[in-house]
Parts: sequence; structure tokens; C-alpha cells
Amino acid sequence: MPKLARELLFPLIAVVAAFIVGGILILLVGDNPFVAYRLLLGSALSWPDGIGYTLFHATPLIFTGLAVLVGFRCGLFNIGAEGQLYIAAFATAWVGITFAHLTPWLLVPFCFLAAILSGAFWGAIPGVLKARFGSHEVINTIMLNFIAVALVSYFTQYHYKVPGDPIMETSTIGQGAHIARFGKFVPGFPERIPLNLAFLLALLCCVLVYVFLWRTKWGYEIRATGSNPSAAEYGGISIRTQIVLAMAVSGALAGMVGINEVLGYRYRYYDGFSDNYGFTGIAVALLGRNHPVGVILAALLFAALQHGGIYVDGFSEHVTKDIVQVLQGIIILFVAAEAFFKWLVGRRVSLQRLRA
Amino acid sequence: MRDIFTISLIASTIRLATPLVLAALGGLFSERSGVINIALEGKMLAGAFTAAAVTYAADTRLGMGNASPWVGLLAGMLAGLFIAAIYALGCIKFKANQVVSGAAINILMIGIPGFLSGAFFLSSGSTPQIPKDHLLPQSPVIIAIAVIVLVAGIWYIVYKTPFGLRLRSTGENPEAADAAGVSVSRIRYSGVLIAGVLAGLGGAYLSIGQSSLFTRNMTAGRGFIALAALIFGKWRPVQTLLACLLFGFTEAVSIQMQGVFKLPSGEDIPVQFIQMVPYVLTIVVLAGFIGSSRPPRALGIPYEKEK
Repeated sequence: MPKLARELLFPLIAVVAAFIVGGILILLVGDNPFVAYRLLLGSALSWPDGIGYTLFHATPLIFTGLAVLVGFRCGLFNIGAEGQLYIAAFATAWVGITFAHLTPWLLVPFCFLAAILSGAFWGAIPGVLKARFGSHEVINTIMLNFIAVALVSYFTQYHYKVPGDPIMETSTIGQGAHIARFGKFVPGFPERIPLNLAFLLALLCCVLVYVFLWRTKWGYEIRATGSNPSAAEYGGISIRTQIVLAMAVSGALAGMVGINEVLGYRYRYYDGFSDNYGFTGIAVALLGRNHPVGVILAALLFAALQHGGIYVDGFSEHVTKDIVQVLQGIIILFVAAEAFFKWLVGRRVSLQRLRA
Repeated sequence: MRDIFTISLIASTIRLATPLVLAALGGLFSERSGVINIALEGKMLAGAFTAAAVTYAADTRLGMGNASPWVGLLAGMLAGLFIAAIYALGCIKFKANQVVSGAAINILMIGIPGFLSGAFFLSSGSTPQIPKDHLLPQSPVIIAIAVIVLVAGIWYIVYKTPFGLRLRSTGENPEAADAAGVSVSRIRYSGVLIAGVLAGLGGAYLSIGQSSLFTRNMTAGRGFIALAALIFGKWRPVQTLLACLLFGFTEAVSIQMQGVFKLPSGEDIPVQFIQMVPYVLTIVVLAGFIGSSRPPRALGIPYEKEK
């Protein structure tokens, strides 16, 4: 089997298997799985709403998927994308509010920098803790997620909320910080759909991550650290530096979710905005086989599901949009347990041998 | 200052710490056997939802009255066991990455309770209210006694029984344990399954003890606080209990003390800073700033038996 087909085959099996298990669950609660799945996936292809919203939902997932990917390639598990994107989104809004009077030519780059640098900073913390003290990045990123959420919620509630506003959100950012929605330059595409330039930035990041990891010395060293740390160290690579670098890049990528959310969508920081983007990013990276192209495909799938969830909620009797999370969980379980399928196939082969 | 440490604060510390203690001690069995358990949150959610749903059904549909919370409690433990069985199968038999599988269980358990409550109760993620007199006993004294007995029992199992010795050696040095004739995978299955039962129990206590229904994502990160307590308690039962009490206390303070303490500037101490305490402490202790907290040596590494 050619390499590409093999790379595609396994994720495909995992997705199909997850849909079968999900279908059984839907059947058990008394709905028709085919109807539910048509609602879930069919709506994603309509123009302009289905496609527009799917691409919009895919944007943060591409960023977080890439973030998890870069960590993985260095042998690190960044469960902290959720915290990194919260910190970054708040920092983006802070710059957009504080320097609201600046010209767009300065304000937009400043906001971008805020998102990238604050994400990188929050991501680098567990990197430093691992490099310096050897403490496990999984635990530290989990802990830092909660700290990040509490921290930005504090700043929103006590310092940046418009007095009297019952919603936990900051005041709005300056007009100059807004980035264009697709409606501005795509004919026939309504501006109410929040798909914006951040989507193109996400695609650009896929290319950049590919170039960074597979075409630069830094990327090579990160991958060497990921695939065999002791050999890398023997070869003169400083593992500690690579760990911090990979976590910072990972955090920066997660942080760019703030650009989509704050500069292209809500134009303010809205507390609790993330629909588990950081955790879904894990699913995206794994299903995408830790490759930028795979990340795009997986992000599109999960985004389509997320958009379709609304229709399932509205038009089916028993099934709710929670089916999306259920499918996601099952997909990751199947992707993680690759050996399960090999075992399944192996058993069939040996059974056939027995019969023969 | 004296008013702060009232009986009611102590009582609410015990109440809030209980689900943490149960989940954290569950995590202890799993991690001591060498299997990372970031899925405590998902297992607690499974226990909480199942317990509330079954208690409600037993109460209203089957008319079981006072017995219904106990049926619910049992069901919650079984739900934790069931989820743990899936996790164990993936991690131990199929050598799946333990962190990935744990994350998958957590995501799955955000969805499943909502999915099922939408189907069975036509609600958006919560179960119907259970009558107050059909809940678990809530007297802090009874709970405190139950928890102390449990911790003592677990301490005895971990340190004084052959099973405990095998558990610890499997987590520290699976090769040596294997060479000594211990079945590494059997010990790990037991560790993970016990963790599921205890985390399910902790979740059940949350929905049919502290509360009277299941609400969407009601654990709100308690599974991770339990994990934090386990690390802060250095993977030891008594220290873990103390860590849970400390974290339960911070939660009790953040609920009861709003507006009581003031900063020098006259502002309230923001509740967010009290909420951060367990997480910050965990990072600090894991980095070795306050004593060292060293995980079991083989934690997170699937065991490959040598052929």
C-alpha cells in the first residue's frame, strides 16, 4: 500500500468506526441514525451558511491542532492549548482596548503580536518547568489551564468589564483593530457570517509549521528530540532548549485563536468563549496524524460536526448536539487504540486460518 | 478572625473535600500501579450522572423511596467501573497512550450525560430534581467517619497487604515485579478499575449527596483538583487526604468568605485567586520547591512483557 493511502486509511477507519458506535447509541435512544447524521453533516455543505460557518469553526481548531502537533513532534503533550488561547485572547483584547486610538497599520500588528507572544509565554511556562525541574508537562498544562481561566476571568470582572454589563465580557476593542470578514471581499458572501482573515492565517500557519518542522534546523532538532531524546542529546542537541522552544511555538499557535475570536468575531474578550477548542485540538492533531495537511482535514470534519450540532438539536426528537462531543471522544479513543484494529484484523485472519 | 473558623466552615470543608478524597484515592490506586489517570474528571461525571438518573428513576418509576439513593450510589460506582474498564482495555491491553485515552474519556463524558439526559429526560443536560429526603446522608460527622475509615483501609491495603506491595512494585519497577511472578497487567487492571469505582463514588456523592440533581459539567474540574491533590499528597493516602482537605477548605472559603476578608485597599479578595490555590500549589510542589513530589517511576509507560 502506498504511504499516503496508509496514512489516510487508518484515520478513516477510526472515523467510520466512531460513527457506527455513535449510530448504535442514537438507535438506542430511539432516533434514526441516518436522519441524525444527515442533519449533522448535510448542513455543512450549504452555501453560504454551512460552508461559511464550517470554515469559521475550523479556524480555531486548525490553530489548536497545530499547537498540539508541534508539542507531539517534540515528544510533549500540550493539554494546555485551552489556557494558552484564553490568555492570548484576553491579551489581544487588552491591546485592542488600550491602544484603540492607534492607526490600523499599527494596531492590527500589535494585536497579532499580543496574541502570539502571550500564547508563547503561557506555553513556555510548562516548557521551562519541564526543562528545569523535570516536572511533567501534562500535569502542569492542566493546572495552568485552570489558572489561566481564573486569571482572565478576574481581569474581566474587576478591571475591564463595562460597569452594569451583566455579561462577563470586556468593553469593545478599537475599530482599527478589526480584521476583515470574508463578506467584505467575497461577492455574495454575507458579512453576518463571522468567517474572517484569521482563516487564511490558519492555512498560512499550516505551511509555516510544515516548513519550520521539516525544512529548518530548529524543526529538525525538535523532531529529533521527540523521536529519540537520548540520541538527540548525544548528537549535540540541547533537549532542554528544544522543549522550551517547542512549547513556546505550540503556545503561540494556540494563542492565534485570539486573533480569530477577538479581532474577527466578537471584537471584545468574552469570558468562557472557547468551546473546548484546546481539547478538540488534541483530537484534530491525532486524527490528522500529526501532519499539517491532516490537521486541516480533521479540523474541517470537527467544525462541520460542530455546525451540524445546532441542526441536530433543533430537528431531531431525542438526539442533542452532545452527540458531537460523544463522536469526538470515540474517535480519539479509536485513534489512540490503533492496536485495537490491528488486533481485530489479526483475529479475523487467524480465525480464517483455523477454518481453512 | 475567630469567626472564620466556625463549625459551618469545617462542615462545608468536609462536604466539599469528600468527592475529592474519593476520586484522589481512586487515582492513587491507578497511578501507583503505573497508569496515569487524567480521566478522573470523566469518571466522576459518569458516576454523578448515573447516580442522579438512577436515583430519580428508582424513586419515581419504581417507588423505592429511601432505598433509591443507595441504588443510585451503586449505579454510580458501576458507571465509574464501566468507564474505567474501557480505559483499562485501551491502556493496558492495546497499549494506547494513557494521556490520549484519558483526554478521550474526558471529552466523551462531557457529551454522554448531555446526550442521555436529552434522550431520557428531554432536558438540555440535567436530570430532574430528586426529593430532599431521598438523597444520601449529609451529616458531616457521618461523612467524616466514613472517609477516615476509608482512608485507613486504603492505607492498610497499599502498605500492609501483598496486593499493595505488588501494586507499588508494578508502578515502580514492572520488570522486577514481572520477574518475581507478579502479573503486571492484572495488577494494573485492578488499579484502574478500583480508581473507576472510587471516582464514580465521588461523582455520585456530588450529585445525590451535595446536590439533588445532575447538572451539565457539574464536576467543574474537581477530577483535576483530585489529581492535583494526589500529586500534592505525593501519591500517599494520608497526605492525599490532607491535600484534599486543604483544597476543600479553599473552596469552602471561596464560597463562604466572599466579602469577609478585605484587601488593604478595601476591595474584596477576588474569588478567582482563591480558586487558583490548588493549581498553583501543585505546580510548585511538582517543581520541587516544597519538598519533592516524585511520581511512580513507571507511571504512564505501557508495559511490554519480554518474550
